[in-house]
Amino acid sequence: MEPRRPPRTVSDPKVRQVGFVTPAAAPPARTVSDTAAMPAAGASQELPLSGSSLSPVMIPPPRHDGLSARVTAPVPVPIAATALRLDNLQIRVGSYNQSEVLLGTPPMTSPSSRVEDAVSEFSDDVSASSLYGRTEPDKVGTAFPGRSGDLMPAKSVVAGGSIGGSHTPENPPTTSLVVKTLPGITEKKRGMLEKQHDEAAAPKPLKEKTTKAERRALQEAQRAAKSAAKEGGGADPTNTKKDKVVKPTPQKKDVPEVAASSGKKVDRPLEKERKKEVLPLRMQFDDKHKVEKVKQRAIVNQREAKSRVEFFQRLPQYVHGTQLQELEAKFFQLDAVHPSVYKVGLHHLSGKITGGNARCIAMLLAFKEAIKDYSTPPEKALVRDLNAKISGFVSFLIECRPLSISMGNAIKFLKNRIAKLPLSMSELDAKASIQSDIDRFINQKIIIADKVIVRHAFAKIRDGDVLLTYGLSSVVEMILVYAHEHKKKFRIVIVDSRPKHEGQILLRRLVAKGLNCTYTHINAISYIMHEVTRVFLGAASVLSNGTVYSRVGTACVAMVAKAYRVPVLICCEAYKFHERVQLDSICFNELGDPDAILKVPTHVESYLYGCMDNDNLQLLNLNYDATPSDYVSMIITDYGMVSCNQLLIYCSVF
Amino acid sequence: MTRMDFEVVVLAGGASSNLSPLVSQELPKALLPVANRPVLSYVLELLEGSNLKDLIVVVEGEDAAQLVGGWISGAYADRLHVEVAAVPEGVGTAGALRSISSYLTANDVLIVSGDLVTDVPPGAIAATHRRHGAVVTTLLCSSPVSGPSDSGTSGGKEKAKKPVRHNIIGLDPTRQYLLHMATGAEVEKDIRLQKRILQAVGQMEIRADLMDAHLYAFKRTVLQDILDQKDKFQSIRQDILPYLIRTQLSSEVSGNGLVSSESGSNKSAVQDELRWLSQHREIAPSTFQDSQPLSLKSQRDDQRSHKCCVYIANESKYCARLNSIQAFSDINRDVIGEASHLSGYSFSAQNNIIHPSAELGSKTTVGPQCMLAEGSKLGDKCSVKRSVIGRHCRIGSNVKIVNSVVMNHVTIDDGCSIQGSVICSNVQLQERVVLKDCQVICHFFSVLYNLPTSWYGRKKCL
Repeated sequence: MEPRRPPRTVSDPKVRQVGFVTPAAAPPARTVSDTAAMPAAGASQELPLSGSSLSPVMIPPPRHDGLSARVTAPVPVPIAATALRLDNLQIRVGSYNQSEVLLGTPPMTSPSSRVEDAVSEFSDDVSASSLYGRTEPDKVGTAFPGRSGDLMPAKSVVAGGSIGGSHTPENPPTTSLVVKTLPGITEKKRGMLEKQHDEAAAPKPLKEKTTKAERRALQEAQRAAKSAAKEGGGADPTNTKKDKVVKPTPQKKDVPEVAASSGKKVDRPLEKERKKEVLPLRMQFDDKHKVEKVKQRAIVNQREAKSRVEFFQRLPQYVHGTQLQELEAKFFQLDAVHPSVYKVGLHHLSGKITGGNARCIAMLLAFKEAIKDYSTPPEKALVRDLNAKISGFVSFLIECRPLSISMGNAIKFLKNRIAKLPLSMSELDAKASIQSDIDRFINQKIIIADKVIVRHAFAKIRDGDVLLTYGLSSVVEMILVYAHEHKKKFRIVIVDSRPKHEGQILLRRLVAKGLNCTYTHINAISYIMHEVTRVFLGAASVLSNGTVYSRVGTACVAMVAKAYRVPVLICCEAYKFHERVQLDSICFNELGDPDAILKVPTHVESYLYGCMDNDNLQLLNLNYDATPSDYVSMIITDYGMVSCNQLLIYCSVF
Repeated sequence: MTRMDFEVVVLAGGASSNLSPLVSQELPKALLPVANRPVLSYVLELLEGSNLKDLIVVVEGEDAAQLVGGWISGAYADRLHVEVAAVPEGVGTAGALRSISSYLTANDVLIVSGDLVTDVPPGAIAATHRRHGAVVTTLLCSSPVSGPSDSGTSGGKEKAKKPVRHNIIGLDPTRQYLLHMATGAEVEKDIRLQKRILQAVGQMEIRADLMDAHLYAFKRTVLQDILDQKDKFQSIRQDILPYLIRTQLSSEVSGNGLVSSESGSNKSAVQDELRWLSQHREIAPSTFQDSQPLSLKSQRDDQRSHKCCVYIANESKYCARLNSIQAFSDINRDVIGEASHLSGYSFSAQNNIIHPSAELGSKTTVGPQCMLAEGSKLGDKCSVKRSVIGRHCRIGSNVKIVNSVVMNHVTIDDGCSIQGSVICSNVQLQERVVLKDCQVICHFFSVLYNLPTSWYGRKKCL
């Protein structure tokens, strides 16, 4: 019997969703038994996030055992949202063999025809098989090892809570679901997943290649040399310390905590272990000591802005405009930075490339170029040297502009791929392999993902809808254009905000394509929300507690939509998911140019002209905000449409 | 690999006609001393400061090339890696480039005029070039105030006499793109603007206070193709740059397959990248365009076949070209004056540089912003103000030198008065010569003359 669980109430405190519960607390996991008695929070209890309470960033330890052990009964039963989450999980983990699973579905010859099917099914508004069966299985199988499961439950049917309008505004995330799966769990798959996870958890597989004795000998030699140097000049220890400080963690701009305290001598492997466990804290820019350290290794001396809002002092804030000039002036001094990376950095800085996807693609292409031109220096291993090189590029990009989460994930992926390269591989092969990895990442995680999202979202658009979108999101634009091309009749409300007015770009393009648009500013959101039937929003990231991290103002739009009982659909590619938990937009954000909000378009001079140096004036231009999951009805990803509560599962995969 | 995929070409020129009395066969323009250092050294040191150490220096004329090459190998032997290329005289800047263009391999080429004295970092131009993906990026700086403005003696007169030569430069409202350029000589009463460009931009800012500093970053493939196909092009400034600006909107350059004729290894990569980009662009058009919401601008960017960009130097930066005699004395004055950080010397407390081996007579005063090189001797009761005096000069008593440049091995007898003049090497001035605003080229100058200012720039003596 399919487990039937009581629907989760939306008013659950977010902290509980996060599930700071030890894995021991999870109930034994054979779900063939009746799980009606399962507590509502059972799902979150499953997610063992222990040990990482030190840090806001969490990497959940392997949890496949508990989850994959659940075998679902193949009887279709409508269940509530909580169940959906679990079931999806089970499906994903348990599925291995495509053909086995697709037995129940009509054979599909080509992906395109399948998509056609999907579209037709979408129009029927019932079947979710299209959601899952939209890409070639083999391709997905190779690229997304954890994803093939999603393809399998071809029978799982979304009896669209939000589609049918049965969506009760009090309870937006409740999406009832009919799931029917085959008992397709295979031990093999499970083992594979576990293995992968282990590999991911141990990013230095290289170390294992040398024998223990060799390492020991090397260590001894190093230690001897070190102590000798210490007795001699005493300069060496500082050197080593510096070395450690210089090592930046790839996608977060922090000084690793371990690094700060690594002046003393610790056994190297031990240190490594600790580094792995104690996750780095985010760089705090109000900590003068650390800022000094960061400055030492910074490429450009950035002038920091004077009047900073107290709440946000720990975020980097520089005088806008000086950065670009200084960076440009040092063009030829930056030896280590590949020209293409440099170009991308400048584009990020000057705002020529914006948006999570575009920035990520630009960065990856630049890395690809750099890797193509790369040649391993003598007496160095490609794996290590290249990873160090990429780290250098990344810290340069961070100096240009803080990384987006999408970029962080992409970097993590890339480094992982590089680290996993076999040592025996020739340089040429290794480079080609990484380049094709990058291509595949761009293609599958971004481009195809976008296409899939568009098709999913298309199912949610009906004739006569009034769709509201905020700002400029590439995937939302694609959805709207796609729906228009497929003869849906709908109207669009574009909500925009100062100072970027990104919505105008979207507006211009949509109007040029013949879509019916209304343009308004966010001030008028409560007025315009009356007529809106759906809200489509893009996101910079979706965090594991379902919080949507997006362009500032998104939270406001989502909140008003909730108040007016309009479903809010977030479109976000799965590669942008992050396992971090964030409860508000204060703890992490990016500060924009404070002067940008001063400019009033109709006035030549700002109203505040002349009082800029006043100490009482502080300007705050935030770039992002966090939308709590309560305000989000559904997240449309390339893995299908999920409610916020299910997200944790997806986050754990990527 | 070249640094950041840029190659540097320094066009050092030869015996320029503009500077005809000053330069000669023995002293090519590149070696003209500015504050007792060849002017070329300012460029080379600027490039060296930017970590650009592999340079190609192109000199007009075999003899000049030998002189320049000899000097460079002596002065920069261990610091720079310089190749000196000699081109025939009178081929122009474009011709000079044409003769070396086959040696260029990097993606972009930085072309610096050898007579540039500036502290604008060349990296800034290069980075701007890269950022925009431009075909050409040029450095613009505010045109220098001509004439000895702070001397007060004859500055006013001189300015009035000199024909005012303005550069007309058209920029887009964001001041990033170069839309029109006409330099002094070409400007007549009317300026012709291209309607098409104007339409595309909507608004053009025309500035006359900017000067082309002759520091360009070119995309190599485009430059080479232009050089190949347009045989008649003589000069970068007069032919190539206007051509590129003119064809900004039409697809002439890229349409001819000029751009696409990349070298084999590059080609696949570029296409590869294009494929990815276009694939994404197709489905996500929003992400790849300028975030500028103005419709006009974005449209223009779509149409634009290639971009001509500008980097406008900050006004606090010094930037001047040694292209006339006036400029020569101006630069000499500035380098030991307001732009003293360029000279590379450390100034004394009195804000002047006196070499320890220089000998001063009694009651001789050397004012601020002066420079006295090694081995020079000054007699009694001399007065030197805002002047540069070269090596091994012998200057008698009661000599006044104001706002002047005295080169090496000059002998000045008692009672001379020199104002606003340039005195070349090995000149001997006899007693009580009064010089005002002129150059003296060779050997003897014995007669007591009060040269009128109209002799400016044309005086060759004996």
